Amino acid sequence: MGFELTYQPYSERSILIEWPQKIDQNILFDILDFKKTLQNSNIKQILQINNTYSSILVYYKYTIDNIYNEISTLKSQYDSKISSKSNGIKRWKIPVCYDDQFASDLEQILIEKQCSKSQIIKWHTKPIYTVFFIGFLPGFLYLGGLDKRLYFQRKNKPRMKVEKGAVGIGDFQTGIYPNSSPAGWNIIGNSPLEFFNMNVNPPCFATAGDQVKFYPVDLDQYYDIKKRVISGEFKLEMEIIHG
Amino acid sequence: MVEVLKSGLYDTIQDLGRFGVQEYGIPFSGAMDMLSAQMANKIIGNNAHDAVLEITLIGPWLKFHVDSIIAICGADLNAMINGIGIKLNTQVVVKNGDTLSFGKQQKGCRTYLAVKNGFQTEMVMNSRSMYKDVTPTSTVKKNDVLPIQAFENKTGLTNSSIKIKAIHFDSEIIEGYRGQEFSRLSETEQNSFLNTDYSISKDSNRMAYQFEQRISNTITPIITSAVLPGTIQLTPSGQLMVLMRDCQTTGGYPRIFQLTEESINKLSQKTVGQKIRFKCKDW
Repeated sequence: MGFELTYQPYSERSILIEWPQKIDQNILFDILDFKKTLQNSNIKQILQINNTYSSILVYYKYTIDNIYNEISTLKSQYDSKISSKSNGIKRWKIPVCYDDQFASDLEQILIEKQCSKSQIIKWHTKPIYTVFFIGFLPGFLYLGGLDKRLYFQRKNKPRMKVEKGAVGIGDFQTGIYPNSSPAGWNIIGNSPLEFFNMNVNPPCFATAGDQVKFYPVDLDQYYDIKKRVISGEFKLEMEIIHG
Repeated sequence: MVEVLKSGLYDTIQDLGRFGVQEYGIPFSGAMDMLSAQMANKIIGNNAHDAVLEITLIGPWLKFHVDSIIAICGADLNAMINGIGIKLNTQVVVKNGDTLSFGKQQKGCRTYLAVKNGFQTEMVMNSRSMYKDVTPTSTVKKNDVLPIQAFENKTGLTNSSIKIKAIHFDSEIIEGYRGQEFSRLSETEQNSFLNTDYSISKDSNRMAYQFEQRISNTITPIITSAVLPGTIQLTPSGQLMVLMRDCQTTGGYPRIFQLTEESINKLSQKTVGQKIRFKCKDW
């Protein structure tokens, strides 16, 4: 199966490949297969390949001389790509504490949605989310799969600062701020894990194509996990899903 | 080593940047004006990826605790050694105990100090470019000690000097290509984007340059997609954001323009209030 792709020069050193502009798992897996094929192709002019929801940016070591040659090389790579979906998918279990002390925007959501806090927690922890890519900040996972009942528009005025680990909802997306930063999403909880750590390689445990499942923890559990994360004793739960 | 007696307005260690790790959301970083930074390295025979000190508008006071050779390229901030003015774009000998300081800014925004064999601050993912949460520190501060190697010059100085053309600092024309969402702008909006005189706003830094002027905008945000240094994003309120070296790796605003490498370097030398215009190139 293949999609209708467009190939266009993006900068003097990069080419943007676009899929239909949708957030869709089939598109993601097609993108990741293509990305892997390109990475394994050893085209030596390529410096790096990044993906987002529905595009790949291929970045070259030098200014691109002949754009048409490069595009035709990329096209033939797409035609020869192999599906890697059968290798199994990593599913990470992520603790989130929804205690009021972290959930600074929860009240607003409860008022507008006319529901209870336990419903919000249930809706947020039930789905299996897909990591589409990492962007915005080092270690910020773009997660797809939010329950429609939790869709909530971004804040009109972003906060100047949210805490490290803040779990937010922005429109149809949910995510975790890996470090304190300005934030436009609505904060409903906090995760005690490290989502970006320069002292380990790679600095992010999750990668595009992985899955994430949240589970609720109370304040005591939160601080206990946080302590064990800092001391290095916490073992992050992960299972391989074959599908 | 080099001791920071007094910090400047915004000093950071930079090299060519960090590559291959954008998939973790890590920005490229690197010298804002790559041309000037690389020139400084070249003059003293350094490698292209050796780390330099990027100095913005108001320079620091630095004390050398070893002999070295330096070169300063980019903005003219009236550099002095022990209070005596030194030339830009040329090799300068510094001795153990010398103090390098800067005076009033004459021209340009950012200047680059290269020392023989480069600053030896911590290398993180093949780069010493400072960035919050990636390198141990994100700026150079008072009392910091920047490690450098001692270099005793035995062969005598060559008159090695390269001049950066005046147009690099004086030109008001910033060139680029139509961006991915440019064609979604109406013809009037496209013309207004290209025919407006912009003045640099104070909200300009290593992440993005912004302007006092806004343009009309009727196009809606996109699904979050890739951006690069030099990408011009158009916000719903008509604000242009020219992404610079420390920009995010992805963004959701329409990308209406992509600057050339040369123009990113040129724009990096512009200060608040200076005027620019955009000029469109074809692929």
